[in-house]
Formats: sequence, C-alpha cells, structure tokens
Amino acid sequence: MAILADKNTRLIVQGITGREGSFHAEKMIEYGTNVVGGVTPGKGGEWVHGKPVFDTVKGAVDATDANATIIYVNPQFAADALYEAIDAGIPLIVCITEGIPVADMMKVYSYLRRSKSRLVGPNCPGLLTPGQAKIGIMPGYIATPGSVGVVSKSGTLTYEVVFALTQRGLGQSTCVGIGGDPIIGTNFVDVLEMFEQDPTTDKVVLIGEIGGRAEIDAAEYIKTHMTKPVAGFIAGATAPPGKRMGHAGAIVEGGEGTAAEKIDALRKAGVRIAANPEEIPDLLG
Amino acid sequence: MNLHEYQSKQRFGKFGVPIPLGRVATSPQEVYEIARELGGPVVVKSQVLVGGRGKAGGIKLAQSAEEAQQLAETILGMQIKGLTVRKVLVDPASKFVKEIYLGIVNDRAAGKPVMMASSEGGVEIEEVARTNPKAIIREQIDPFLGLRDYQARNLASGINLPREHWRAFVKIAQSLYACYLDSDAVLAEINPLVITADHQLLALDGKMTIDDNALFRHPDLAEMRDTDAEPEAETQARAADISYVKLDGQIGCMVNGAGLAMTTMDMTKLFGGEEIGPANFLDIGGGAQAEKVAAALRIILSDPNVKSILVNIFGGITRGDEVARGILQAREQVGINLPMVVRLNGTNAEQAREIIQNAHLPNLHYAETLTEAAQLAVSAAKGAM
Repeated sequence: MAILADKNTRLIVQGITGREGSFHAEKMIEYGTNVVGGVTPGKGGEWVHGKPVFDTVKGAVDATDANATIIYVNPQFAADALYEAIDAGIPLIVCITEGIPVADMMKVYSYLRRSKSRLVGPNCPGLLTPGQAKIGIMPGYIATPGSVGVVSKSGTLTYEVVFALTQRGLGQSTCVGIGGDPIIGTNFVDVLEMFEQDPTTDKVVLIGEIGGRAEIDAAEYIKTHMTKPVAGFIAGATAPPGKRMGHAGAIVEGGEGTAAEKIDALRKAGVRIAANPEEIPDLLG
Repeated sequence: MNLHEYQSKQRFGKFGVPIPLGRVATSPQEVYEIARELGGPVVVKSQVLVGGRGKAGGIKLAQSAEEAQQLAETILGMQIKGLTVRKVLVDPASKFVKEIYLGIVNDRAAGKPVMMASSEGGVEIEEVARTNPKAIIREQIDPFLGLRDYQARNLASGINLPREHWRAFVKIAQSLYACYLDSDAVLAEINPLVITADHQLLALDGKMTIDDNALFRHPDLAEMRDTDAEPEAETQARAADISYVKLDGQIGCMVNGAGLAMTTMDMTKLFGGEEIGPANFLDIGGGAQAEKVAAALRIILSDPNVKSILVNIFGGITRGDEVARGILQAREQVGINLPMVVRLNGTNAEQAREIIQNAHLPNLHYAETLTEAAQLAVSAAKGAM
C-alpha cells in the first residue's frame, strides 16, 4: 500500500518539455510510474516520451484524471506553477525546484493551507515507492520493495542510506525527500504520521540536518505517538553557526538548530541515532 | 547576503523609517568633512559584517570634526574579528532617553513573517531571548494581508511604549515591513530604535539579510554584496556555481549534495578526533564534469591548511565512471601533490574504481565505503600516507 504514491497514482509532469523535466519524465516512465501527461504553457498538443502535453494544468487534469503532479519549473516561475496545481485541485504536488525565494514560498504555504492539496518539497528529490511509483529524481535502482519507511531532508545522503539498506536486504515501503528549504509543504511529523498508520511500514529511518526545529517536533511526535521503531542520522555536527550549508534551510541561527540539540531530543524520544550513516542498517536490527 | 549598517539604514530611510543624517566615508579626510558639515558631536562607526563592533573599539564618539578625523585614522584599517575596516559611517550623535528593539524575521515553523519588539533595545535579541524571553512581543503576519496597524499597536502596547509615540511607531513598523517585503529580506531589524531627548523615534542602528534565492530579481541589492567580508575562495566558488564554506580543519572535502557534504565533514571529525577535521563544506552540485571538478579542486587547494583531499560522490543520475575520468582530468589540469582519497558510490561505481585504480597514481586512493574513505583521509592528513 505504501504512502503518498503507488501503482494507481496518475502523474502529470509540469515542465515536461524542459531539459530537467523531459529527462526525469523518461526515467519515471522507465521505472513504471503511471505518467499520464505533461504541462508546458504554449506547447499543448505536442507529445513527449509518448505522453500528451497540455497548455494548462486544469486541461491536463480534465483530460487525464491526474491525481498527482511533479514540478520541474525554474525558481522564477515555480510559485505560479504551484498555484496552478493547487487551483486545479490536484491532491499531491511534488516540487523539485531548488532556489525558490522564501517570500514566494510563504505565500504558497499560506494558500496551500486553505486548499486540499498536499505539497512535498520544494528543493527535494521527491518520493519513491519501490516497484510501484517514482515521483522525482531518486535513482530507481537504489531501492527495493520492503517495509522500512525513509524520510529525509536531503538528496544524495538519502540515496546513500537507501542504497545501504537495499544492500543489506532491508527493503523500503516508501522513501520521501521532504526538502532542505526553510519553508516546505510536508514536514517530518506529517510523514511520520503516515508511516505510523501505514500497515506496510514496520520501521522508520529519519535523516535530518542542522537548521530549524523540524527534528525537535519529530522527536516530540515520536515520543508521544509512534509505536514503530525509528533510527536516524543528523548531518552537520561540524557546521559552524551563522553559515548556510548549501541548503537554504541548513543554518544554525541564534544558537538554535544545532545537530547536538536535535540528536539529544531524538535520543530522548527513543530514536536510535547513528554517528555514521553507514551504520543505520545495524540500528534497525 | 548581509547588508552593512549604512546600507540597511539607507534602505529603511527610503521606505520612511527616520534615520540619522550621516554618510559613509573611506578616508579620515572624508570623515572630517562629513563631521564638519553635520556640525556638533558625531559617532564614527566601523562598517564590518560582524557583531560586537562597539566592544572591539570600532564605534567611537567624537566632539569635533578634528577628533572624528583622528578616531577615523585608528578605526579605518583596524581588524575586527578578522575583518579589515574599510568604511566608516559618520552619524550625528543623538541624545536619547530609551532604546527599544523592532525587527522582522521569517518564522520557519509557522511559514510566515513575524514582527518582534522588545523594550530591551541595544542588546542582541538572541541575548534577550535567553535572559528575559517575556520582554519579546511577537506578531505573526499573514503574507496575504500584510502587517495590520492593530498588530503594530499590540507591539507598542506590549513593550509599554508611551502612548504619545504609538502613531509614529505604527508608521515605522509599516515602513519596516514594506522595506522587508520589497527587498526580499529574511531579516530586517532596527536595534536600537530610540526615543530621542526631543521625543522623536529614530533608527540608530540597522541590519538586513537578503534572501540569496531572490537576488535574481534585485540586481541593485546583489551589487551591494561586500566580497571583502568573505574569504576569496567563497567568492570564486559562487562564480563557479559551487557551494563552499571555509572551515578550520585539514581535510578538503568535495561532495555532491548538501546533506552528504555535511555528513562527509562530520565523518572526518568522527575519525579525526580533536586534531583533524574538515577544511571546508563543498557541494559540487549535480553533473560534476571535469571542468567543475577542476574548479572545486583549485578552491580546496587555495586553503594552505589542507593536508589531504576527500572526494565523496554518490552517482544517482550522474555516472561514476564519468566522474572518475573528470577527477583524473582535473588533477592533470590543476596539478596536485596532496594525497587524495576518492569514493564513488551508485551508478557505475565498479567502472569508476577500475579507472581510479588503473591510473596507478601514488597519492590517489580508492575507498569502497564512506567510513573507509574518511579513515584514509584522516591518516593521510596526519602524514601517515
């Protein structure tokens, strides 16, 4: 059953004629994801990788009955693409775009909360339900079906951990990259709630990093609500305060958001924290 | 991107915040002229992007233009927390009876801007948050509605601002919000906002941080970046579209992805202990062609503390064999004598290992896992390889 996406998901690709959009649409189709079409304003009527292109998201939804969209649109135009997806009533929106201004995202976030859509991202690798659906840019071969739920703020670090799990025979129910921006649509707690309720997930891996307090909120939720075991890793113990570590959100500000305080809170909530991400599979033992 | 005090205040002033009528100078002679024009006592304030300028002796009061010039001679060129003072702001000295704090930041958890006021102005807000959190009053702002006047009045009332100043305070709060919005700031603060001896509100000091992701629509602000305030290598990295932060350790790290880059840093410390750690954060991004790898290597090598180099790439869409070839090519271009440990995981990792191993270079090592790579890089940094 998995969470967020499975073989019944009907996906459209916003920005399907662009370089990134076209490249990853092909990879998603190859993986077996049910891609039903794409959107690029002004390119309606064309076909990309055997899928119809529409001018508008609403047009695509009317024609294909899509229930999920993935956005590969430049940061300047990403907010508009997000509003269009929300207004078309699409239940699941995944946004890969990195570099969206935070002021734009605060408005989108506020609008989103008044809608029925769920946003994953932005600045995230998307999600992958092994053997069923890949919505995003995670390489498909690193994962294998199983019962470990993975939720992470990172991209390549997630691949490392998922790959390590796969090599040790620990398959995954769904891998979710929530993104490293300060304002994101879906947080750790949202995904943990879904994993807790998902009958196909037995264990959970949480991968966090410095900045913000999402991991602290996750620790609170795990302590009070979760029955399934959680293991994790927090990146950035050696990062100095006041310096942005790549991700817009990965910055220790005003003494808050350090790796040490997050690790401490998660440990107190019963989460097994690895000092070395390659040891995560051992902690799921 | 952080703006200097003088840049922030000028911008606040444009939006209607009352600011002192000072100007910025780069030579003692200029300071003298500005002080003479202003007449009366002035404050000479070093413009460097760090806190604690006052304590470091970078802010001084002068009674005359001559004294201002003398002070400028010591302040210009002095070092404050490793930064050289190249500019000073000369402001007329103000007599005030009360200092308050007014600022706006992004509340990540709420996904909204939050305006904060405190009756304890003149000290860092983080300090107040620690010692007297109740002194800070907050109002969350709906991004579609903007700051409402009543919210500004709530702040004024919350910090016990005398009623005679409310009207002026609301106007300043609205101006600050407009400035924050127009500049795509992630932080805009007036600290202190003072009540002067003649009952006026005045922004004596200001600070702004602009959202780097929004600079594409603010070419005027992007030009204000003070590249003096950052290590040369960080400026070069930005030009090469590489994310780089210089640190104090000995192991130069080159990684793809921010989370994995931080993890790689952490691993060098995990195995390096007290003496050995990461020399930098470096995220090379996706792709990692030879050209970009070469640029990254040059940046890493510009740090004289670097004793060994650790390359950790997880090839997802990127193919490991291409990265491996890129590394060999880049090594030739750049010319490296330092020991280098390469670890490539993911797509085509097997071919990548063959390429690296078949190169038979004495100071180039291939590692299978991140653990092994970090351990090798640590022993290399200790001179054991």
